Amino acid sequence: MFSRKATFKGGTHIPAEKNLTNSLPIIRMEAPEFVYLPLAMHIGAPARPVVAAGEKVKLGQLVAAAQGFVSSNIHASVSGMVTRIEKRYLPNGSLSDCIVIKNDGLDTMAEEITPGKNHGEIKAETIRQLLLDKGIVGMGGASFPTHVKYAPQKDGSTIDTVIINGIECEPFITADHRILLEEAENVISGLKYFLLASSAKKGIIAIEDNKPDAIEHLTRLTRDEPNISVVVCKEKYPQGSEKHLIYAVTGRTVPDKGLPSAVGVIVDNATTAMQTALAVEKDLPCYERVLTVSGDAVNKPGNYLVRIGSLYGDVVEKAAGGITGDIGKILCGGPMMGFAVGSLQYSVIKGTTGLLLFSQNSPLAHFLAEETCVRCGRCLEVCPMFLEPTVIAKAVKRRKWMDAAASDIASCIECGCCSYNCPSHIPLVQYIRMGKQFIMTGGSGGCNPLFKN
Amino acid sequence: MDPIKTPARLILVSSSPHIHCGSTVSAAMRDVLLALVPVILSAVWFFRLDAITVILACCLSAVFFEALCQKVMGCAITVKDGSALLTGLLLALCLPPGLSPVLAVFGSFCAIVIGKQVFGGLGNNIFNPAHIGRAILLASMPQQMTTWLPPVHSFIDNITNAVGSINSVTSATKAAHALNTAVNATTSATKAGIDGVSSATPLAMLRMSESLWQKGQSAADQLPNLWQLVLGNIPGSLGETCVPAILLGGLFLIWRGHVDWRIPFYYLLTVFLITGIYGYFRGYSPLFPLYHLFGGGLMIGAFFMATDWVTSPLTKRGRIIYAIGLGILTALIRLRGGYVEGVCYSILIMNMLTPLIDRYIRNTPFGGRAQKNG
Repeated sequence: MFSRKATFKGGTHIPAEKNLTNSLPIIRMEAPEFVYLPLAMHIGAPARPVVAAGEKVKLGQLVAAAQGFVSSNIHASVSGMVTRIEKRYLPNGSLSDCIVIKNDGLDTMAEEITPGKNHGEIKAETIRQLLLDKGIVGMGGASFPTHVKYAPQKDGSTIDTVIINGIECEPFITADHRILLEEAENVISGLKYFLLASSAKKGIIAIEDNKPDAIEHLTRLTRDEPNISVVVCKEKYPQGSEKHLIYAVTGRTVPDKGLPSAVGVIVDNATTAMQTALAVEKDLPCYERVLTVSGDAVNKPGNYLVRIGSLYGDVVEKAAGGITGDIGKILCGGPMMGFAVGSLQYSVIKGTTGLLLFSQNSPLAHFLAEETCVRCGRCLEVCPMFLEPTVIAKAVKRRKWMDAAASDIASCIECGCCSYNCPSHIPLVQYIRMGKQFIMTGGSGGCNPLFKN
Repeated sequence: MDPIKTPARLILVSSSPHIHCGSTVSAAMRDVLLALVPVILSAVWFFRLDAITVILACCLSAVFFEALCQKVMGCAITVKDGSALLTGLLLALCLPPGLSPVLAVFGSFCAIVIGKQVFGGLGNNIFNPAHIGRAILLASMPQQMTTWLPPVHSFIDNITNAVGSINSVTSATKAAHALNTAVNATTSATKAGIDGVSSATPLAMLRMSESLWQKGQSAADQLPNLWQLVLGNIPGSLGETCVPAILLGGLFLIWRGHVDWRIPFYYLLTVFLITGIYGYFRGYSPLFPLYHLFGGGLMIGAFFMATDWVTSPLTKRGRIIYAIGLGILTALIRLRGGYVEGVCYSILIMNMLTPLIDRYIRNTPFGGRAQKNG
């Protein structure tokens, strides 16, 4: 059926491990007693709270407003009372103010949300405004505010293609797969709104070939859409990376350190497209998302629709049937790029694609000690950015920041292919992250005791 | 809602990625050792006890010296990773059969202590340790290092002759007959106490009899025929003679992804082209470059020595430059230099240039500078 499968150079094959959850339909989780909404849950400036402790809020009500251009609105994900604004850690280790809302269990919808609202003729401007108003951010993990991508290009370049990223190359995670199957119509209308907002001519839905059911479903639904097509990509990690997806699908190469718009493309995640359709058609803000709960330490792995701001503990207890066995590792996101966290006291944010719990016996919970580099060159072979990870890591270890920068440390997308394949178990990505951190702070910051002067 | 149980052991919080493909350095070493099994078997087959003593002496002493060094330097003893064993084995395979075990142990000492541990052990050595051992031995004991015993089995001549001359099914019986005769001959020779006479390697003969080539086919009388050369029924170092065994191991390593095909390919190609052009202009037989390809240590050097991870460049382009450099040096030394064999020194010289190649031959990031010109 598909003669040519789109792909890219470099990368690595990783066991997908998706069969735990890829056939399980999305289940809505009951709202937790408390939600914790971090104001810095998106890339860019944290939102500014517009409610105060003690104030009553309704479901979908704006509780924090975008502050600046690259920022996003945040809406209440339950109805109830704001109890306090407290500082909490995000999975990536940063500290953020969080609005804590006590759920009254009523889910009273905010008045300003009118599902049948007539926007009149839907214009590009309407959609851009809705993207901003409804707090739509990239829901594939990065949480980049979507309205920024659709703002008129600064350099006057035009967008001709919008790609919907349905690749989901992270092992274990199946949230986008289920969205593509169960919310295909919304994904497609989301894409249509994106095309309208960007005045692009061509819409492409890219799906990895390990999801034949989704490919078949979407191909059937888009049969009568002349400007929308489904492109099948070869299963390879990191196919879901924006630059590599663009290369695979359109053959265009995004300039190093450049944006996709430089080659006339915008990429959005499938869940983001669905959320956009909900925002335009049902006037709904982004207050819940689908995430995959999986791993060998979860009783009921599955795909759950949970309120933004729910604690991991609540998700595991209320939706996934609790923990089984001794837990050894908790991951927010996938095993290649997700964050390991030390407890379940973190909240689900708009970019949380999955929550993975592994037992003490799982290989994921085993620490692999670093050995000497034997210069085998595996990391260079698999690097999708064609970098030299071991050279960068050595420069970082020796605190040769200029050398690390000259080795294009800034181009690293931290996909993890190098560390995954390193026979000496060198945490290359970790060194590269440290290096980036040091270079950003002028070589003085960081908190790793190894690197204290 | 039940409270979440406190785990019995700690939760691991580490930087991504959280999964690993499962490869280890020692597994790779095991693969290389496995790839060398055919070569070892061929060495033992051709040189019998003379091979076994050298291999055992090198391997055991290499492991011993590595452990001793690490003990003295107070680091963790890592002989279990198999790298010392591999160095010892590679050294043994490029030594002449029947070399005194004392010299073999001395070679191991040079390889492990001077070639590897003084630089900081595995991963930090500049030179291929096995070739350091061989180079020091060659420089200090040139007499013993160039005394070549002929292989024990002369019956391969008969087999090749049989295969070459007879096309029918009956060849099998004749070959078997020839084999019997040969074995009898060998055993009687051994019984008679003949230990084998030292003789010249094909490369040395090639060098001595270069003028013979100009007479064309008559040179073939002086040299072993190509079949014998390929199969390894010639005097030479332990592991360098049997081309099929080396190819089998080398291709296995390429298939397993431990060896970049570029290094052996461009190395062999360069040697073949240079010797071919040289032979053409001198009016030699077209077989001349083939003798250079299959004779001496080129095959084992190209597949097992030049491809050493630690001492070869990292980038693909760097590896091609390195391999072509190896080819040019090997051909130059063989054709014009003072030694008949150039593989060992050319690898050591290119090892020196590896850091330089890595410094100047850099990859361009995806979407970076190179994309401008397509």
